Amino acid sequence: MAISRREALTRLGAAGLVLGSAAAITRASFDRGGIDIASAKGKPQVRDYRVPADGALPSMAIAAGADPLNVEADRDPASLTRRAIDALGGMRRFVSRGDVVVVKPNIGWDRTPLHAANTNPRVVAEVVRLAYDAGAKTVVVTDASCNEPNRCFQRSGIWKAAYDVGAEVIIPAEHRFRTMRLRGEVLDEWLVYTALIEADKVINVPVAKHHNLSGYTGAMKNWYGSLGGRRNRLHQNIDVSIADLATFMQPTLTVLDATRVLMRNGPQGGNIADTKELHTVCASIDQVAADAWGATLIGKTAEEIRYLAMGEARSLGVVDFAKLAPVKA
Amino acid sequence: MAERRAVKPAELEGALAKLRARLGLSPKKRPGSGLPARKLIRGLVWARRATQLGLFALFSWLLFQTGFRGSFASDATEVRLPYPVEAFLLADPFVAAMTLLSTKTVYRGLAWSLGLLLVTLVFGRVFCGWMCPFGTLHHFFGWIFPSRYLKGGSRVEQNKTHPVRQRVKYYLLYAFLAASLAGSAIGGLFDPICIAVRAIGLGVLPAMQYVTGTATDWVAETGSRPAMRVADGATDFLAETVYSNEQPYFHQTWLIVISLAAILFMNRFVPRFWCRVLCPLGAFLGVFARFALFGMEKDHSKCTDCNLCLVHCQGADSPQGGVKWRQDECHMCMNCETACPEDVIKFRFLPKRDSTLSVPDTQRRTALTVAAAGAAAIPAMRIADVIDANYDHRVIRPPGSVEEREFLERCIRCAECMKVCPNNALHPAWFEAGVEGLWTPILIPRIGYCEHSCVLCGEVCPTGAIQKITEAQKLGIGQKPISIGTAFFDHGRCLPWSMGTPCIVCEEFCPTSPKAIWVEEVDVPKRSATPGPEGQEPPMEKVHVQRPHVDPSLCIGCGACEKVCPIQDKPAVYVTSVGETRSKTNIILLENTSYTQKG
Repeated sequence: MAISRREALTRLGAAGLVLGSAAAITRASFDRGGIDIASAKGKPQVRDYRVPADGALPSMAIAAGADPLNVEADRDPASLTRRAIDALGGMRRFVSRGDVVVVKPNIGWDRTPLHAANTNPRVVAEVVRLAYDAGAKTVVVTDASCNEPNRCFQRSGIWKAAYDVGAEVIIPAEHRFRTMRLRGEVLDEWLVYTALIEADKVINVPVAKHHNLSGYTGAMKNWYGSLGGRRNRLHQNIDVSIADLATFMQPTLTVLDATRVLMRNGPQGGNIADTKELHTVCASIDQVAADAWGATLIGKTAEEIRYLAMGEARSLGVVDFAKLAPVKA
Repeated sequence: MAERRAVKPAELEGALAKLRARLGLSPKKRPGSGLPARKLIRGLVWARRATQLGLFALFSWLLFQTGFRGSFASDATEVRLPYPVEAFLLADPFVAAMTLLSTKTVYRGLAWSLGLLLVTLVFGRVFCGWMCPFGTLHHFFGWIFPSRYLKGGSRVEQNKTHPVRQRVKYYLLYAFLAASLAGSAIGGLFDPICIAVRAIGLGVLPAMQYVTGTATDWVAETGSRPAMRVADGATDFLAETVYSNEQPYFHQTWLIVISLAAILFMNRFVPRFWCRVLCPLGAFLGVFARFALFGMEKDHSKCTDCNLCLVHCQGADSPQGGVKWRQDECHMCMNCETACPEDVIKFRFLPKRDSTLSVPDTQRRTALTVAAAGAAAIPAMRIADVIDANYDHRVIRPPGSVEEREFLERCIRCAECMKVCPNNALHPAWFEAGVEGLWTPILIPRIGYCEHSCVLCGEVCPTGAIQKITEAQKLGIGQKPISIGTAFFDHGRCLPWSMGTPCIVCEEFCPTSPKAIWVEEVDVPKRSATPGPEGQEPPMEKVHVQRPHVDPSLCIGCGACEKVCPIQDKPAVYVTSVGETRSKTNIILLENTSYTQKG
């Protein structure tokens, strides 16, 4: 027996709908195939946290604990830090009320403060405290470590020191890294640590130390800690990758810790005999100049540290830090 | 007067029962007599459920705590765990017995297992029914898996004692104890606590972490900031409470996970199949249950063969009337007494034994045969070349491990060390260490290296296969450091050695001081990548590179160099076990040779 017209139309309609939807899905998600190794498209996602320059105030200040009569107070890492930043006009020059401030120390290695492979915890804590005093809403302290992060954060003493002054300490976890366009000379697209860039102001607090491949590292190399993924490839062209990173991240302020400096076997050290107490902290708005000064501490000249000239060529700062007329704090 | 007094409480009880029934609080009336079970027993059953839940939660929590999470409250440089995360293993008398037979010593915390033995001597196998986290898992799955399939008559049939199948666990126990005497704690493969730590710690938890990680990625792909913030917060919370700091990966865990799934699925056919048939710890406690002061008495004359006791029985230990109770099989769950409507079953101290069988029903000849087989299996397995003749270079044992033979006497494959390792460096061996070494810990540096100042694997090892070393011993402060192997360069794959490209990430990560990896400064010729004009040969250039070398007298085999080598698929520097401190034969250098020492 023949089916009714109504049912025939319904069945035809249903079949047509299924075919139509399948075709629509196919069209919407059609993949032509082939491989395409294109470089990143779009502008580089540069992070520039600098505050407008103020000609009346110095750009660089060096606080050294030299007073042989008053060793205790004079050589205290916290007071050295405070003196250096105050000489630049104080933290209020850099941090405004309600800012989210990210403080980026070097917490790369599972070493204790005496090994001077990481930033001195008291320097970090003082920067955090000054940022809060200047009105920061939140101060985040974090780094993407080389060794196991929990060990690095605890054993460096930075976790406790920063927590005690109210900082939010973030342990780097896989989910906090997202791909960004650096579009540098060797760094095209890379996984970037989001905790470092979701900020109003970024303060770089590196430690000055010897580095066996690039000679000396401090401020500019500290941005290795803003990357995730397999950083071990960066060594093949370390100077250019440091310059690429310093182009990508331009901090509000650099506080270079030279209270205790690793003179040999850097960047990891491990032997207290390789360190030397210099009781010095440098604050600078120019990361290239800060590093050019830092390199002299371990007996290197600016010419030996190749990434400094690259930084100057990219207008990141000046190698000849004397031009900035650093003030003694 | 006396009559009235006797009646009054019953009337009162009746009135109370009516009231309770109206309020919905009435205890479940048992069919038949309609009388509820003794209050004490009902209370004990609930106490048992609470204990099971509580101890399962404690076990899980200790497992979650098996890993180092740093603390904002501490800048201590000597890292230790705040809780005894291996507590369940320390209380395990089967582990203690195995290692006692193999090493003739009771290692430190294993003395706690006396406590569990004491409990068994008073209450019988209460561990199985009340405490064992793996048993609780089986109790749960034995309840939900067969829900429709194994009901009524078929469940009663399965819950009757099946002597042939239930003997197997005793034979396994004897075989494993004999194997221990022959020098191998291989019985850890079947210890329920070891299985629970291994399968949940290395399989279930990492898999769950992977699933939530994937979910976080999906959320990140939406690009919605608030959703991402919630996902980040949830991920951080889980990382701080349940999961590892980073997604862990474990070598060849598929068999561990499939075994767990299979053994849990067996509950569909035989409730608590594992506990009744295979568990050597249950068998061990069953052997001692005969001395228990607490037990069951039966009044066979009251039994109506209703089989309600069997419906609820956990151990398949013949609680029903007309047969003798199997004390060695009973988990002491007390379900039978609460279920019995006729007061046939009574649990009490110092019960009459006339309807009890206390001793495992095994056949002496078979028992002796399997024990002999267990003892013979160990030398038989060592004929395979892995230990004596051709020690495998991949068997890199954790720092502080004892010499390989003693290691096999002690290692129960509990996976605590693998779970606690902060760098995901320790893995269950597949057949690298031979059939006998299945699931013993080996270090796979490509996945994770040994963190220089970390001593946590030895801290959690319950049997001393990995000794509790100090930082000073490991780092070699004032003494020789502990070495677990030696690094070697593959010059053909190394960037400075064969490709004229600077690198030395290995040197940067080498943690010893002075560094075991040193570099030689050289200028090497390198052909330019672009051809000269008119297609001429590309010109030659000179490049300056630092070529890395290993000093075997300083190398500790931590594998940091191998982990960070940028040659991703097959690294240009790799660690093998040679030069390990624990061995007097698997060494390179003359000065480490001492033929007066054994091993």
